[in-house]
Amino acid sequence: MSAIGNLVTVVLVVAGLFFFVAGTAGLLRFPDTLTRLHALTKADNLGLGLVVLGLLPQVNGVFAALKLLAIWALVLFSSAAASQLIGRAAYLARDRTP
Amino acid sequence: MSAADLLDLGLAGLVIAVAAFTIFSRSTYAAVVAFVAYGLLVSLRWVLLRAVDVALTEAAIGSGLTGVLLLGAAAKLRERAGGGDEAAHLCPPAMRPFAAVVAGLVTLGLAAAVVGLPDPAPTLAPLAAAGLPDTGLGNPVTATLIAYRATDTLLEKVVLVLALLGLWSLAAEDVWRGRPGLKQRADPDGVLAYLARRLVPVGVLIGLYVFWVGADHPGGAFQGATIVAAMWLLAMMAGLADTPPVSERGVRLVLAGGAGVFFAVGLAGLALGDAFLAYPAAHAKAIIIAIEVAMTVTVAATLAFLVAGTPERPA
Repeated sequence: MSAIGNLVTVVLVVAGLFFFVAGTAGLLRFPDTLTRLHALTKADNLGLGLVVLGLLPQVNGVFAALKLLAIWALVLFSSAAASQLIGRAAYLARDRTP
Repeated sequence: MSAADLLDLGLAGLVIAVAAFTIFSRSTYAAVVAFVAYGLLVSLRWVLLRAVDVALTEAAIGSGLTGVLLLGAAAKLRERAGGGDEAAHLCPPAMRPFAAVVAGLVTLGLAAAVVGLPDPAPTLAPLAAAGLPDTGLGNPVTATLIAYRATDTLLEKVVLVLALLGLWSLAAEDVWRGRPGLKQRADPDGVLAYLARRLVPVGVLIGLYVFWVGADHPGGAFQGATIVAAMWLLAMMAGLADTPPVSERGVRLVLAGGAGVFFAVGLAGLALGDAFLAYPAAHAKAIIIAIEVAMTVTVAATLAFLVAGTPERPA
């Protein structure tokens, strides 16, 4: 059981890290704010989500697992809202500058 | 060299690199953003050292709250500089070598102190753990803050209120009893208002949870209060609540309450027991919780008012 759990952890966390690396590369390489935001949201949503799912087999008890899932949900919610705010600010600023 | 050592070295190198970027950055905004990242990396470092209480405080106060204060200061500097070199207003070029020398000497002194520690380093940790049963607490850090070193914590609360008074004293004469900060004009149906409506109840609950588990686990009054303060600020930024005028009696009571309750307990200890801030052993836990509740409310309000700024509008 624990061997399967460990395998699940390694696979999911590595997959999550891939999205963090890809998101970071996008943040550094993409040309403007909106595309950089697009890259960053993948790290927040998919990357963190996969890391959290991967850690679930390692925690003791339901409460600790729920805490991990709550962290993911909170980051999803606040990063979606923050991305929207930054995106709108960038979009409006683009209209103003010639 | 093990993988953990590599992680340690990489993290330490990253901390130094981000610190260097903060110092040498030409833009004040970029420096502040780097400073926030620096604080988060340092708190990661504290987690690796198993100092989770310190990590929480560093992330909440050192990185989060200080970051917001610095962003506000950077915005004010930019306004004043009219788009020029903002840093020039803060520190004229001729002063910079002196600042560098002073900061360098402090760094060298700290490094000498760390390197010069005898091996094994002197520690009070066993004593702190041995005294826990008398306090009814399970977290030695909280016991140190509220019981062993209670006077320090009491004075810290007084310093916070003094800092707020200093900020308020910068207000213009016609508004000095008024509401801090500019009126927020967020769209009531917009994303920010939606975020505030949904996140604030959850965030306040998490803040109270962090405060409550501080008795036995990493957490505590200061960290919990910072989260509550952030939620209040979010509600104010989203236009769901307005900053109360600083002359309001309730505001003053809340701001003085933390240090007031603490001080009253201290005097009671002097009258009934052995010394200032001596808690009777039978009721130590209840008294500690009473102090911490008052402290959490006061710290949350003080931090939020510090970020909200000087009074700028009539009450």
